Amino acid sequence: MVKEEEESPNRPDNTAFTQQRLPAWQPMLSAGIVIPGFVVIGLVFIGIGVALFVTSRSITVLEIDYTGVDKDSPCFKCSDPDIKNCPCTVDFTIDTLFEGPLFLYYGLSNYFQNYRKYSASKDLTQLSGDLANFKAPSDDCYPYDYSAQKPIVPCGSIANSMFNDTFKLFHMVKGTKNPVALDGKGIAWWTDYNVKFRNPSVNPLKDAFNGTTKPPFWPKPAYELDPTDPANNGFINQDFLVWMRAAALPNFRKLYRRISEGEYEKGLPAGNYSLEIAYNYPVLKFEGRKKVVFSNVSWMGGKNEFLGIAYLVIGSLCVVMSIVMLIVYAKFKFPEED
Amino acid sequence: MTVLKEIPEKWFPVVLPLQRKKQKGLDGGKSKKGRGEEERRVRANDREYNEKYQYASNCIMTSKYNIITFLPVNLFEQFQEVANTYFLFLLILQLIPQISSLSWFTTIVPLALVLIITAVKDATDDYFRHKSDNQVNNRQSQVLIRGSLQHEKWMNVRVGDIIKLENNQFVAADLLLLSSTEPHGLCYIETAELDGETNMKVRQSVSVTSELGDPNNLFSFNGEVVCEPPNNKLDRFCGTLYWRDKKYTLTNQNMLLRGCVLRNTEACYGLVIFAGPDTKLMQNSGRTKFKRTSIDRLMNTLVLWIFGFLVCMGLILAVGDAVWEREVGSLFQSYLPWDPPVNNFLFNAFLSFWSYVIILNTVVPISLYVSVEVIRLGHSYFINWDQQMFCSQCNTAAEARTTTLNEELGQVEYIFSDKTGTLTQNIMSFNKCSINGQTYGEVTDPLGPQPKRLDFTPFNPLADLDFCFYDDTLLESVKVGDSHTHKFFRLLSLCHTVMSEEKSEGELVYKAQSPDEGALVTAARNFGFVFRSRTPGTITTTEMGRPVTYTLLAILDFNNIRKRMSVIVRSPEGRIRLYCKGADTVLLERLHPCNQELMNITSDHLNEYAADGLRTLALAYRDLSEDEWEAWSESHRCADKASDCREDRVAAAYEQIEQDMMLLGATAIEDKLQEGVPETIAVLSLANIKIWVLTGDKQETAVNIGYSCKMLTDDMTEVFIINGHTVQSVRQELRRARERMIELSPTREGGKESGMEGWGEAYFSGNGLRGGQEGDRTERGGGGGGGGKPPQCPPPPPPPPSPPSNLMDNVSGEFALIVNGHSLAHALEADMETEFVSTACACKAVICCRVTPLQKAQVVELIKTHKKAVTLAIGDGANDVSMIKSAHIGVGISGQEGIQAVLSSDYSFSQFRFLQRLLLVHGRWSYLRMCRFLCYFFYKNFAFTMVHFWFGFFCGFSAQTVYDQYFITLYNIVYTSLPVLAMGIFDQDVPDHRSLEYPKLYEPGQLNLLFNKKEFFICITQGIYTSVVLFFVPYAVLSDATQSNGVPLADYQTFAVTTATALVIVVSVQIALDTGFWTVINHVFVWGSVGLYFSIMLALHSQSLFRIFPNQFHFVGSAQSTLLQPVVWLTIALATAICIVPVLAFRFLKLDLKPQLSDTVRYTQLVRQKKRKPAGRSVGSAWRGVGSVAEGRLGARGGSRRSGYAFAHQEGFGELITSGKNMRLSSQALANFASRHSSSWIDTLRRKKHNHTHTPPSASGECSPAPSCVSGSLPPLSNSSSVLGGSQETPIEEETVPARDVQPVPAVSTKTHPAAALGPESAAPPGPAQAPSSSVLGSSAVRCHGGDSPGGWTLSLGSVQEALFGWKGFAARSGASNSQGLPPVAKETSHIE
Repeated sequence: MVKEEEESPNRPDNTAFTQQRLPAWQPMLSAGIVIPGFVVIGLVFIGIGVALFVTSRSITVLEIDYTGVDKDSPCFKCSDPDIKNCPCTVDFTIDTLFEGPLFLYYGLSNYFQNYRKYSASKDLTQLSGDLANFKAPSDDCYPYDYSAQKPIVPCGSIANSMFNDTFKLFHMVKGTKNPVALDGKGIAWWTDYNVKFRNPSVNPLKDAFNGTTKPPFWPKPAYELDPTDPANNGFINQDFLVWMRAAALPNFRKLYRRISEGEYEKGLPAGNYSLEIAYNYPVLKFEGRKKVVFSNVSWMGGKNEFLGIAYLVIGSLCVVMSIVMLIVYAKFKFPEED
Repeated sequence: MTVLKEIPEKWFPVVLPLQRKKQKGLDGGKSKKGRGEEERRVRANDREYNEKYQYASNCIMTSKYNIITFLPVNLFEQFQEVANTYFLFLLILQLIPQISSLSWFTTIVPLALVLIITAVKDATDDYFRHKSDNQVNNRQSQVLIRGSLQHEKWMNVRVGDIIKLENNQFVAADLLLLSSTEPHGLCYIETAELDGETNMKVRQSVSVTSELGDPNNLFSFNGEVVCEPPNNKLDRFCGTLYWRDKKYTLTNQNMLLRGCVLRNTEACYGLVIFAGPDTKLMQNSGRTKFKRTSIDRLMNTLVLWIFGFLVCMGLILAVGDAVWEREVGSLFQSYLPWDPPVNNFLFNAFLSFWSYVIILNTVVPISLYVSVEVIRLGHSYFINWDQQMFCSQCNTAAEARTTTLNEELGQVEYIFSDKTGTLTQNIMSFNKCSINGQTYGEVTDPLGPQPKRLDFTPFNPLADLDFCFYDDTLLESVKVGDSHTHKFFRLLSLCHTVMSEEKSEGELVYKAQSPDEGALVTAARNFGFVFRSRTPGTITTTEMGRPVTYTLLAILDFNNIRKRMSVIVRSPEGRIRLYCKGADTVLLERLHPCNQELMNITSDHLNEYAADGLRTLALAYRDLSEDEWEAWSESHRCADKASDCREDRVAAAYEQIEQDMMLLGATAIEDKLQEGVPETIAVLSLANIKIWVLTGDKQETAVNIGYSCKMLTDDMTEVFIINGHTVQSVRQELRRARERMIELSPTREGGKESGMEGWGEAYFSGNGLRGGQEGDRTERGGGGGGGGKPPQCPPPPPPPPSPPSNLMDNVSGEFALIVNGHSLAHALEADMETEFVSTACACKAVICCRVTPLQKAQVVELIKTHKKAVTLAIGDGANDVSMIKSAHIGVGISGQEGIQAVLSSDYSFSQFRFLQRLLLVHGRWSYLRMCRFLCYFFYKNFAFTMVHFWFGFFCGFSAQTVYDQYFITLYNIVYTSLPVLAMGIFDQDVPDHRSLEYPKLYEPGQLNLLFNKKEFFICITQGIYTSVVLFFVPYAVLSDATQSNGVPLADYQTFAVTTATALVIVVSVQIALDTGFWTVINHVFVWGSVGLYFSIMLALHSQSLFRIFPNQFHFVGSAQSTLLQPVVWLTIALATAICIVPVLAFRFLKLDLKPQLSDTVRYTQLVRQKKRKPAGRSVGSAWRGVGSVAEGRLGARGGSRRSGYAFAHQEGFGELITSGKNMRLSSQALANFASRHSSSWIDTLRRKKHNHTHTPPSASGECSPAPSCVSGSLPPLSNSSSVLGGSQETPIEEETVPARDVQPVPAVSTKTHPAAALGPESAAPPGPAQAPSSSVLGSSAVRCHGGDSPGGWTLSLGSVQEALFGWKGFAARSGASNSQGLPPVAKETSHIE
């Protein structure tokens, strides 16, 4: 045979590959694997589900809708879109200690940040500090690229529609308003703050904006977003960054502030609180809602009932399934095993 | 109308006969008007004259492109593909900014990839065509230019040139034969490449030109040929030669066609009439029709459906958009302004529709077509590489010439096979003989030592070294000078029409008309009776070393009616003797009564030989006195000269002398079947493939081969023969056959006997050769029928009107149908088609005899249209080309001389037996792989795309994508392509030898079970389910989730990354589940793809890329940020579990409740591997199983006699010999010879010779029809030599088994699957494992399955095992589960090994 092989050059190579004899693992869905597998998966899922569920239970969330739809709502007076910078105050009570660190979110519903043209309506080159795009914003920003022949900086729908309500929280202690320190640092993604969004390296920042105009809905230009902290202006303003990270779904919440330092670092003790809102952002005309959310987090993030329950359900189903399969198997067996 | 009449009646390559006809007609009309070539005028040696007509040169071009035209032409062709145009359209859509929901590169990258891959493939193909064109065009030929022979390339040969051909050269163009070195301008050609016939044919030049011997004379030849324009009729030529003011008619007899090979002729000269594309060969090689597989067609339908689905989705979303824009969007305009051209929601919806068409386009997967091509290419390579389809004798490997049909190999239901050269080797060997009541020949004892091959050389220096014979008693008998033996071989050395050629002393070459005659003469030669040479009147032999010259007095030639031939010779001693050989049926009747006893013995021997499938001949002689001879010769002369009814009178004269002969004995010739043919046919028919033999041979030969290759068996319920010559009779025969089938099918056993007794005669009466068989069969039927009841034959009921065809589906019996050529012609008529199909398809075996190439194609077309089944045609000769082209799959047998069949085939290999591997292994795998591939492919694309649909409801129907655009671009071509390709190329459910062992595994393919519309719906439903899970699980989890630092997770980019990652993981797990055969490559591809996904994603989301293109990579940081969140991973795990767990459960339950045969086989295989049983045993035993079945049948066959006259050669060669036309004789010798003998044909000959030598050609002007006379007397150029077959089954199996099958098994079993190792033990069933005896166990198992699930699989499994692997099945099962010990059968098997 060997000689023959040498003699005939036409003979195909005798390798495992060409002869389709490669060593191979040939799995088979045998009862010995599948049924124990299901039991194991089921138990693991139930375990995770219990852990998630318990953790999620320990998290407290406080949601306050301040849109002012109802007549008796404190912000009803502000719900008219024509009134600008309308202050309103929402009072609420906490019965037990609201354990910290706490996070304060604003939530919008029926708001389509994920609309294709909306979420595309920005100029990332401009936002990364490229001065060329200050003068000539990208077409993507249309129709918020130019206003009265002046380029808009930051251009685009997202920037233009930035959320501009502001909140202040007070602890009512014996009739006095004790302000709760709200920390706005580091609420944006690290990459957004450090990489994606850059101010042009022009000092002072204001000069970079020469010849441009602010987005039409903005009361102030970008370089004056935070009068209290000069470093928190321009494109790297934390609130701006948070807003620019578009939400995936029409009901979303975005981080506004943390309560992570000072007196209330450990959480909000029981008592009465007052939330002072500067009501600017009109949502009622598209039937949107605004709310503030207080929440604490665990190792797995915020409150998330669904995940735990889903794990429990799937885990139990797996176990049930394995019993069913065991019965079927016992009754019918795999035919060739006998 | 004249054009239409010219449509070749017989011989054009039938692709689609009707369409082609029309097309041809039109083309022909055009070309006539356009080029005005109504006739062709060619003047020899006058290039200037011929150039006026601008005839095509001899340069052929089969290539499609050149360097310049490649790009435009190829692109144009590619965009004719619907899919490519569709993607081009999408690309254009994407360039419209208003609706562009995706970047242009998401479409152009895959499209460009697809186009480039296809273009590269086309370019390579064309390159090879260029190469082969060049090779052919650059062949050298000798052209007569200015009086001298010059070497020219073929491509430079012009019409009107005279070229010289030498022996064994290919004919370069269609030539008019002018002269040859042989006498009378004869030359011999082999037309294997043209029509597949391997016997030699004679061509003769016009008498006037045959005198032009040397180049000088030829140079002065300036004749002009006027003939028909180029056409594709191989057997017709019609033209006139004008030369020296004389007209000479030219016929096909004068033509040498391109593609033929000159044989046995030193050299010849020819005038080029048609060159290059005008030659008949090229005219016949029509454009190959592009074959599509049924999967292809299904795929195209599905793609259309998907396209419809896509439009529906688009519409739903557009309606949603309209509603949303009206209800929400219009209110939301301060934040989301409508584009200025858009001022109402309806227009917005319209744009949204197109946007969604763009993003949902991935449901019509662009990479589908290219992936399918890649997979098929891979499968083709596996076919090319398969060592077990390599034939070491002819040194050819199998070749997949078409790479697009592989999966259809797994769906074949009908095989149409040629006989000669396909089933048989067309080699005859002298196998046995019976001399004076004593039988000689090999004693086949399969267990004993191989008998020694006889060495003839010491005894006989003239022996043919290739001759094989094993029985030395015969040689002894010759040596001791047994007179009967001597007479026997003397007869064989004298009574034939073989020509001999003796190049040097002792180096004899026989040129036989038919191979079996050659075998007989060679046998005589080796046994010391050497035929040396012949003249028209003498035969010179060397008898036992002593040269003897016999005077040949007469040849009583063969014809189909006589079925015998005789010679009358005068020995040197002056004794006149008639030697006769012929079919036993004919010859035994004409013996002298004193032969009775010998006749009985010989008859028994003949039966034995026939039972072995050998072709038998009886031999006899008769001594004639001088008076008898004179008297007869006179009467014969009279008969010969008679002007009316000459044939009958001659026949009567022959009849008269062939009487009272003395029986000498009988010969048995084996028409060697190709190796493994009966086994292959057995296996294929177990795989439910119906095999039809379509042959040009005679009925007897075909039936004989049918028996020897086990297509027909004596166990068959009934064999019908359709033999009618008229439409009515054929119809009636078909009808009666169907009635019989219905009648017989319910009571099969009972019907068997009654069929033999009562009705049998009706069907066999037309078939003389089977006359003696029925008695045998009836006897055996009683014993073998199992019932043992004496058959009660009810009188046949009055024939009812034709049975309804739906009844025919229920016919269950082993029937066979034999159809003759002329009956077939009627059966193929339009109104008879259905009757024929319903009858034939109810039969297990169908043999069509005397079939023309066109009919072969028609039969194939018939089945294609009426049965909607996949057909495969296999053949080796050019006469099979039409059938090969029209079948779904054409297979050519390579390694033979003709190459036409291979050239037009889709697959080629050198042995018929490779067919089982091609179909059952490669075809089955291909089909399985392709189906799994397609299921998965549609699944993954739906899972991927439909997420956008669900997202549409949450993003204001804005055609926002869920994923990053790079992910969309890369998903199909990078992240998920390789694992599924690896599965599509490498997957195996059961090892190759298993699919040969269990041919039933082939059935799912035929029934199209693995991928059909239902399967498609299942897999897209699974895909949609997955997409729902993939969208809503992240939706539910992430909408409220935050990172542990409080940042919400519900931003778009996190959502996109989570969904994409979950998708990649889910589809990877799914492919892991689908992959049944994890080679290293699968591991690398599956893990690699997942790894690649993460690496590419991290790279695309990296800061460095963003810094370079900030506008393109806005997902910066998303991957890192998202994938660090435990919630994200928990989400992915949850989604994966929800997607996969139901699939797993479903598959497990299906495996348990409704297992397929392949699951069962796979399971046993794995269990066996685990138990580390030597796998070779089972294989061996399986093959033993086949063997034992075969032996059983052989044993049962007993003495059914199917002998027939074995001569395949045509009538008329006797006359050619005696006329001396083909002899090189000096006129002196001829004159001497003529003076001594004066029989009528000698006289004619002498007259002719005289005319030729002494009369100037011009004088014979009035005899100008002379050439046609001569050619008329030449043998008709009809079908290929027909042969009778024999078989030899048992030893072959034993030899082939270890070589082929044991080898791969250890390789597989070396790696034991750990899971399997765990599985069966824990899962071992408690009950049956302890059953005491394996046979009880086995049968109980079968019974219990039958009871539990009466579905098809149990029955089929049971029947396979019972039919084929009887006790082997028990052995296997006991080996798998019963560790107490092997049953005796298993031990026996191992012993054999």
